[in-house]
Amino acid sequence: MTARTAFWTTLTDPLIRQNPVTLQILGICSALAVTTSLATALTMSVSLTVVLTLAAGVISLIRRHIPDTIRLIVQIVIVASLVIVIDQILQAYFAQISRALSVYVGLITTNCLVLGRTEAYARYHPPLPSMVDAFGNGLGYSLVLIIIGAIRELFGRGQLFGHQVLPLADAGGWFTPLSLMLLAPSAFFLLGGLVWAVRSVRPEQVEAPEFAPPPRPEAAE
Amino acid sequence: MTDAWSFFLFAAFVDNMPLTLFLGLCTFLALSRRTESAIGLGIAMTGVLGVTVPLNHLIYQGLLAPGTWAWAGQPDLDLSYLSLIAFIGVIAATVQLLEMLLDRFFPAIHAAFGVFLPLLTVQCAILAGSLFMVERNYTLGQSTIFGLGSGVGFAVAVVMLSAIRTRLAYADLPAGLRGLGIAFILTGLMSLGFASFAQMAAAP
Repeated sequence: MTARTAFWTTLTDPLIRQNPVTLQILGICSALAVTTSLATALTMSVSLTVVLTLAAGVISLIRRHIPDTIRLIVQIVIVASLVIVIDQILQAYFAQISRALSVYVGLITTNCLVLGRTEAYARYHPPLPSMVDAFGNGLGYSLVLIIIGAIRELFGRGQLFGHQVLPLADAGGWFTPLSLMLLAPSAFFLLGGLVWAVRSVRPEQVEAPEFAPPPRPEAAE
Repeated sequence: MTDAWSFFLFAAFVDNMPLTLFLGLCTFLALSRRTESAIGLGIAMTGVLGVTVPLNHLIYQGLLAPGTWAWAGQPDLDLSYLSLIAFIGVIAATVQLLEMLLDRFFPAIHAAFGVFLPLLTVQCAILAGSLFMVERNYTLGQSTIFGLGSGVGFAVAVVMLSAIRTRLAYADLPAGLRGLGIAFILTGLMSLGFASFAQMAAAP
């Protein structure tokens, strides 16, 4: 029973409480670039979760055989091979999405999230818990990507998954698309807002201030 | 000459790595708390990008691109799917070599860089420089300029962000926005500024 709860916590912790993107600043690079539409965000989330889970499993299996000094290179080669497989699959079956994702699928190799989890968790734990942890982190990453992707596509084009949800003003409806939502800055604003929202709900994540003003003289009395 | 210069400006400002392409954000945000570390990161990025992009160009065109093995009787051989592993290997080796050279000849600079140098192996922006070079079919000269230009663009952006964040230490922010939250919003504002460079490039 306790083993099962431990698994459950490992899986659900990274969703909000230990979210890799909003709390640990891992894997943001790709998180923002591919979120202009929900379809690309979803493809990216699935690709990353698959790579992360498999990489954690493989690395954890051979964790006792990797010499410490060259472990980074070994890990990168394992991750890169998995990414090549995913990239080839995407090019073969989802050519259009693969073009939209451009170099960002290849960049999963250097995604800090993948190396962060294999370095911090898979190196010390047996395969099954490592894969559960990796899967949970992949889900946490996907959650952020899907939220931002949905907001940007909905307000930038009035669409979800390419279907018109809000009727456009050009076509006789009432919605005027906010083209800012499709540009780079909006992704930063949305993610900043998301971080703010999560930390308002969970105040224990708030960072300590770097500088506190001295107490006012009248307050000291 | 003017072509090379305008291409350099394009790589540095219009295609700015962190602000318009979202690349290398992890280190961009993590190391922009202090101006000194931001400057060190900027110099290291420029050096590594300037070396690895042309080097990867030579490897790609000489060994991996479709048709390069025609002289060996293999005109249909296409090894371009191996480029990811080749590039990451070159980057890891370059970073290691740079670290050893600096340690041997300029120990003071090496000490100043500290942990950033090995970290650059897993920097998205550096791998992306090589991947863009392949995707956009740059020549050797272009890829050298592109590598140096995007390194300088990264350096400018990270130093600017660190300057703003040092000031922000004295600002009274809402608790949830402190640190990471405000850094994102600042980056968004800077990215708005850099978007105007794209407009200038689009206008003749």
